[in-house]
Amino acid sequence: MVKFLVQRIIGMAVTMFFVSIMVFIIMELPPGDYAERWAFRKFSGTGAQITEADLDNIRANFGLDRPAPERYFKWISGIVLHGDFGEAFAFQTSVNNVIGQKIWLTLAILFSTLIVTYLVAIPVGIYAAIRRGSAEDYALTVFSYLGFALPNFLLALVLLYISITVFDSSVGGLFSPEYADAPWSTAKALDLLSHLIIPSIILAWSATAFQLQTVRATMLDELNNLSVTAARARGVPEWKLLLKYPARLAINPVVSTMSFDANRIFSELPIVALVLGLPELGELLLKSYLDLDMFVAGAILLILTFMIVFMNFLSDIFLAILDPRVKLIEG
Amino acid sequence: MAKTKEMTNNNLLEVKDLKISFKTDEGIITAVDGIKFSVKRGQTLGIVGESGSGKSVSTWSIMRLLPKNSIIDKKSSIKFQQKSGKVVEITKFKSNSRELREIRGGEVALIFQEPMSSFSPVYTIGNQIMEAVLQHRDVTKEEAQEIAIDMLDRVGISNPAQRFKQYPFELSGGMRQRAMIAVALSMNPSLLIADEPTTSLDVTIQAQILELMNELQEELGMSIIFITHNLGVIAQVADEIEVMYLGKILERGTTNDIIHEPQHPYTQALLKAIPRLDTIGERLTAISGDIPSPLSRPIGCPFYTRCEKVMPGICDVKMPEPTQLSDTHTVYCFLYEEKNV
Ligand SMILES: Nc1ncnc2c1ncn2[C@@H]1O[C@H](COP(=O)(O)OP(=O)(O)O)[C@@H](O)[C@H]1O
Ligand code: SF4
Ligand SMILES: [Mg+2]
Repeated sequence: MVKFLVQRIIGMAVTMFFVSIMVFIIMELPPGDYAERWAFRKFSGTGAQITEADLDNIRANFGLDRPAPERYFKWISGIVLHGDFGEAFAFQTSVNNVIGQKIWLTLAILFSTLIVTYLVAIPVGIYAAIRRGSAEDYALTVFSYLGFALPNFLLALVLLYISITVFDSSVGGLFSPEYADAPWSTAKALDLLSHLIIPSIILAWSATAFQLQTVRATMLDELNNLSVTAARARGVPEWKLLLKYPARLAINPVVSTMSFDANRIFSELPIVALVLGLPELGELLLKSYLDLDMFVAGAILLILTFMIVFMNFLSDIFLAILDPRVKLIEG
Repeated sequence: MAKTKEMTNNNLLEVKDLKISFKTDEGIITAVDGIKFSVKRGQTLGIVGESGSGKSVSTWSIMRLLPKNSIIDKKSSIKFQQKSGKVVEITKFKSNSRELREIRGGEVALIFQEPMSSFSPVYTIGNQIMEAVLQHRDVTKEEAQEIAIDMLDRVGISNPAQRFKQYPFELSGGMRQRAMIAVALSMNPSLLIADEPTTSLDVTIQAQILELMNELQEELGMSIIFITHNLGVIAQVADEIEVMYLGKILERGTTNDIIHEPQHPYTQALLKAIPRLDTIGERLTAISGDIPSPLSRPIGCPFYTRCEKVMPGICDVKMPEPTQLSDTHTVYCFLYEEKNV
């Protein structure tokens, strides 16, 4: 197991190295650079003439004149050694300051969504497979296809409307106004949780629909497995054998696709966040990219991909715990 | 509750009028069509027949292990004498009832053709034997582990304490089948159903497993139903043999009756199809023609579409009645019925 862990951690580090290079290249891709954008914003309308020399000066100020490998090295070593993501030019402060809280909130949404997804998809998928062909099974199928079919922003608007009119609560944002600037406390954490529910439900719906069908299909396969009949032939009570044999294996495909879910959630989050007024990273990513504020964009891209790679790592570990064949095959 | 009634002839199991069908998309399939058989204490009944003849369906029904789309006809009777002496009617049990769970494993155990897929890959061999022992015996976990390791040892698995901790895929095919036998016998059943237990094994290992089963039967005294499509295999283990075809029994007798004096044309054809060491290289006379689909069962003798001795106008009209050739030997064929008429 130790060897397995070490292998996976090295694998994760190598992946992140290549990802960081790709992110850096993406940061370099847009035409023009931040110096031009800065000069444009500062001097447009003032009638001032900007020469190439002025631009070079600005570039030198921001450190943009150094060769790419050097800039990459400086950037990445700042992150790895000091946790410092560089300067957010447009905000005139550090990237860490700009994205700090938003990261935690994005992660909170990610994990609450994943938890809702798995808490619903796994037991309900198992149930649907056991009651295959029943009215409940059909109802669940319809319900999950709705999850595929309804656009998230529509869901967000509907839930927003319902919660304001029916429950008279503000779902917009992550905090109620009275807690927004308050220091952290139990009450504030609870307030955050209550605001996480709506975005988590919206984001979890399609992920749940997908995983529910996966669990159901795997469970159906496993139910026909001879080892289930063998356990039944040993006199094991039905509920016990269903949980011990097919259900246990029906979880595997869910565990092994956790990083896909994270990916899906990250790509759907910005639209939902826009409708619900949530301060998360996706929107900031778009904005900073438009502004050519490349260290902000780079930091966000890096963090989001790291989360996905990390989820992948987690699912490898869980799988190895769940299925002894995995460890043996891979040493 | 079933009445306590004496069984005849030292029988452990008496099956009568057993008829089993399946609801399918194409219609109702009758897989077993009114058969009768019994198993004596301490003896081995062999059931032989080509694949699809209803061997598994008829015997799995003794443990009520058939899928949900199966229908056991109301007139069917499966009487079994429990260790307590009580005779129960298994067809009357509710599915998933406690009585049924006690029968499963505790009274009747089953081993399958596929030792690999009959173990779950994610639990150790030990885990799955312990589960069986704890389900049926009133013992502590430590005692169950002892029983399990002892049983692994008894079925000829070396290093049983270490095998106990291994996963099924770490064992060879022959070892897995031994382990499967260990699981079954650790529950102390009085009837063991062995459904083609050696079919997926190569010939040497097959012989070892057959020998093991004979030894264990002598030691533990359980009855066995041994299912195979190979008459050559069954001759080595069975006391009595019944020959099945398309859900019917066509001939029944002692092993000697069936192997040395087969009377039914189907049994004779099966015997010709056994591969023999002394005829290697010669072509086997496989039975010509295909087994009819169970959806379009022939009326009359089920074998008439392939029988060399078919008598048109007789064999394709109704099912032949049983003809008693001796105390032990019965055949269902018009060739013999004619002689008695
Ligand atoms: N689950 C099922 N659904 C429909 N038909 C089945 C099912 N299981 C078995 N059968 C039918 O029962 C017949 C006998 O099957 P089986 O007892 O498995 O044969 P054997 O064990 O002799 O090879 C098959 O021909 C098949 O048509
Ligand atoms: S009854 Fe007729 S068809 Fe059937 S086995 Fe006998 S001779 Fe052949
Ligand atoms: Mg079979």
